[in-house]
Amino acid sequence: MSQVSTASDSKGPPDGGPGPGGGAEALGLPDVGPARFASVAEVRQGLADVKYLADEGIAGVVHLADRLGKPVLVEGPAGTGKTQLAKSVAELTGSRLIRLQCYEGLDESKALYEWNYRKQLLRIQAGNLAATSGDVPDEPGGGRPTWGELEEDIFSEEFLLPRPLLEAIRSEESVVLLIDEVDRVELETEALMLEILSEYQVSIPELGTVRATRLPLVFLTSNNTRELSEALKRRCLYLHVDYPDLDREREIVRTRVPGISEELADQVARIVRSLRTLELRKAPSVSETLDWARTLVVLGVESVDAAQARDTLHILLKYQTDIERAAKELLSAEA
Amino acid sequence: MLDLLSGFVAELRRSGLPVSLTEHLDAAEAVHHVPLEDREALKYALAATLVKSASHWRTFETAFEIYFATRTGLGAGDGTGGEAEGETEGDAGDGTTPGARGTGGGGGEALSAEELAAMLYRALAAGDDPMLPVVARHAVSRYAAMEPGRPVGGTYYLYRTLRNLDLDGVFDRLVADGRQSAPNRAQFTPLEDRLLRDEYRARIERLRQAIEQEIRRRLVEDRGAEALAKSVRKPLPEDLDVMHATRQELDNLHRALHPLSRKLAVRLTRKRRHGRQGRLDFRSTMRRSLSFGGVPVEPRFRHPRPAKPEIFVVADVSGSVASFARFTLHLVYAISSQFSKVRSFVFVDGIDEVTRFFEGVDDPSTAVHRINTEADVVWVDGHSDYGHAFSTFHARWSDQITARTSVLLLGDARNNYHASESWVLEDLRRKARHLYWLNPEPRDYWGSGDSIVDEYAVYCDAVVECRTLRQLEEFVGELA
Repeated sequence: MSQVSTASDSKGPPDGGPGPGGGAEALGLPDVGPARFASVAEVRQGLADVKYLADEGIAGVVHLADRLGKPVLVEGPAGTGKTQLAKSVAELTGSRLIRLQCYEGLDESKALYEWNYRKQLLRIQAGNLAATSGDVPDEPGGGRPTWGELEEDIFSEEFLLPRPLLEAIRSEESVVLLIDEVDRVELETEALMLEILSEYQVSIPELGTVRATRLPLVFLTSNNTRELSEALKRRCLYLHVDYPDLDREREIVRTRVPGISEELADQVARIVRSLRTLELRKAPSVSETLDWARTLVVLGVESVDAAQARDTLHILLKYQTDIERAAKELLSAEA
Repeated sequence: MLDLLSGFVAELRRSGLPVSLTEHLDAAEAVHHVPLEDREALKYALAATLVKSASHWRTFETAFEIYFATRTGLGAGDGTGGEAEGETEGDAGDGTTPGARGTGGGGGEALSAEELAAMLYRALAAGDDPMLPVVARHAVSRYAAMEPGRPVGGTYYLYRTLRNLDLDGVFDRLVADGRQSAPNRAQFTPLEDRLLRDEYRARIERLRQAIEQEIRRRLVEDRGAEALAKSVRKPLPEDLDVMHATRQELDNLHRALHPLSRKLAVRLTRKRRHGRQGRLDFRSTMRRSLSFGGVPVEPRFRHPRPAKPEIFVVADVSGSVASFARFTLHLVYAISSQFSKVRSFVFVDGIDEVTRFFEGVDDPSTAVHRINTEADVVWVDGHSDYGHAFSTFHARWSDQITARTSVLLLGDARNNYHASESWVLEDLRRKARHLYWLNPEPRDYWGSGDSIVDEYAVYCDAVVECRTLRQLEEFVGELA
C-alpha cells in the first residue's frame, strides 16, 4: 500500500516508514529494502541469463544502485544498450517496467499526475442532480453536499490520474522505472523529477505526500545533447556506457544473433572495431552491429569478404560520406 | 580507508572535477558495498558516485591509479590475501612473480635484452593479456632507468622505455608474421590485412598502457601519491589552454569539440524557440475582441522573430594562434544555423576569404582542413601583419558590413612591430553592429612585447580573453 498522509497535517508525515526502515526514516532517507542481488557477480550472471552482457562496470553500478537505493544515470553514444539495460534488469528481477519517454514540452500533467477534471465535473453535477431530485439513498442528510465535503471528495485518489512517475511510486509490486532520454526535457522540467529521485515521494498539494513503499530501481538515460543540471547528477549514480571492447562485442553478437557461426561473429566484431577507429560522423553502434550480423546470417554468409562487406555497409553506417570513407580505408587495396 | 578517500576526493577537486559533499558521502557509503580487495569493483563504485561526466573519466582514472594502485589491501586487514593482491603487490621490492602467472615466460631476475624482446613478441603475438604486466615490469626495470626522488611525472621514463622496445619494429614483424601464418596466404585481401593491423595495434596499445601503469606504480612507491598526483595533474579538456596544448591534447580537444558544439546548437535553438514573448499584436487583439463585444479578453502576441545576426570572422592563422582560430571557426560554423550569414576570412600578412570552403560541407573540420592547405594568406614573409591584413580587408569587404553584422577578430595582436592601421577598426566599429576581439593569450600578457591589443581595444565593443574551450563556448553562446 502506498501511504498517503492527508493534506491537513502540515507537519509532514507523522507515520513512519513501513516497518524495518525506522532508522533510515529518521534520517530522512528512504528505506532501501531487502537486497535484490547478492553480489556483483550475481548481477552479471543474471543479466547474461536474460541475454544482456554487462561488463564489470555496468554490473557493479546496478548492484550499487540497489544497495544504495539511488537512481542510475546512464549516458553514452546512441545504440549501446542504455535502454536495453533497464529492460533487462526489469526482466531479471521480474519487475514491471514503467517507462517515461521524455520529450521537449513534457510537463507535470504528463509525467507526474493529473486530476481527472471530467470525472470531477461529473461528480459535482451528479451531486447537484441528486440534491434536486430529492432521493439520495446513500446520503442520509439529503440536500446538497457542503462545499467542504465535495472538495474532499473530488480531490481524492479516485479522481487522480497517475502518470508514469507517480505510478512507479505507488506500485505495490516491484518496479523498474525507466526515464528515457532525460536530456530532451527542458531544464525546468528536470526539477520535477528531483523529488522523486532523491526522496522517492511525490507531493500533491490537495492530497498530501505519496511515498514509495518499495523503492523502484530507477534508470535515466541520456544521449548527452545537453548538460544535465548539477542537481540531477548529484542525486544519481553515473554510468557511462561506451562501445564494448572486442571480446564483449563478439559475445554480444553470439548471444543475440541466433545461428551465427563463431568465425563470423569474430569477423563482424573485428570489422566493426576497425570501423570505429576511423573518423566517422557516426560510428556504428552495437544495435547496428547486431543488425549487420543478422543480415549476414540471413544472406547465408559464412565469412565476410570485401565485396559482401561493401554491399551491406549501409546497414552499419548511415551517412554516404562515412560509407565512402570506410570503403576506401578498409576495403580497397592498401590504404 | 576514509582518509584515503578524502585525499582522493581532494585530488579530484584540485584537478577541477566538481565533487560535492553529497557525492563524497555517497562514495563513502558505496565502498561499504564492494569487496575492498577487488580493485575494479572499487574503481567503478567510486566512478559511479564521484564522476558525473564522461569527459572527466581520464582524469579520474589517472588519479585512481595513483591513489589506489599499490594499496589494494589497505582497508581493514580482513584476510585479503587473494590472488588479486598478489599480482599487484608481489614485487614491491625485488624482481618478478612469474610463477603466479603460470605462463612460460622468463623467470629470472633480470632478463637480457634479447630474452625480453622475445618474451614481448610472444605475448603480443599470442594476445596473452595477463602476460603484458609482466613484460611491462621487466621492460621498465631494464630501460626506464628511474631515478628515485626526482619530481617528475614519468612521461620521460615512458618515452625512454618505449624507444628501447622499438614497438614500431615489433609491430611490423607481427604483421608480417601474421600474414605468413594466415591460412589463405595466397589471397590475402586488404580487408583482412587491415583487420590484422588493427588487432596488433590494439595489443600494442594495451602494452603501452601496462607500461605506463607500471611506471606510475613505481613512482607512487618512490614519492607517495600526493606528490605524484601533483606532477601528473592535467587540466580537463574544456579548461585546457589551447595555445599551449600538445598534439595529443589537441586531439583530445577535437574530440571534446564535437559534442560541445552540438550541445551549444541545441541550447541556442531552444533558447530562440522558447525565449521572450513577442510584442502585442494590436490588430489581431482587436479583431478577437469583437466576439466579446469589444472587450480585449484575449490579448494576441506577435510571433517573436528575433533577427539573426550576421557574423564576419576574421582570424589570424599564423603559427602561434592557428589552432585557436581553427577551434573558433569550427564552433561558429557548427552553430551557423543560428546566424543569418557567416563569412570567414583568414590572414597572416595577406588575407583571404574562406567562406567558400564551408559551403556544402557537412562537417566543418574538413573545411578547416582545407583552409590550411588552400587559403592564400601569405603576402610577404608569412609573419603576422595585422595592419596590412586589416587595411586589405577594409578595401575589399568593408562595404558589405552592415548594421546587422557582428565582426569577430581573432588573434593575439602580436604584430611584429608593423604599423597597426587601427583606423580600420574605428571605421568597422562605426559600420558594424558589434566588434569583438578574441584573444587567446592570458590577459596578463596583453600589451607586452609586440602585442598591440590595447591599441585595437579602444575601438572594440569588447576584448575577450579566450584561452580555453569553456571560455570560447561561453562567448559564442552569448553572441547568438
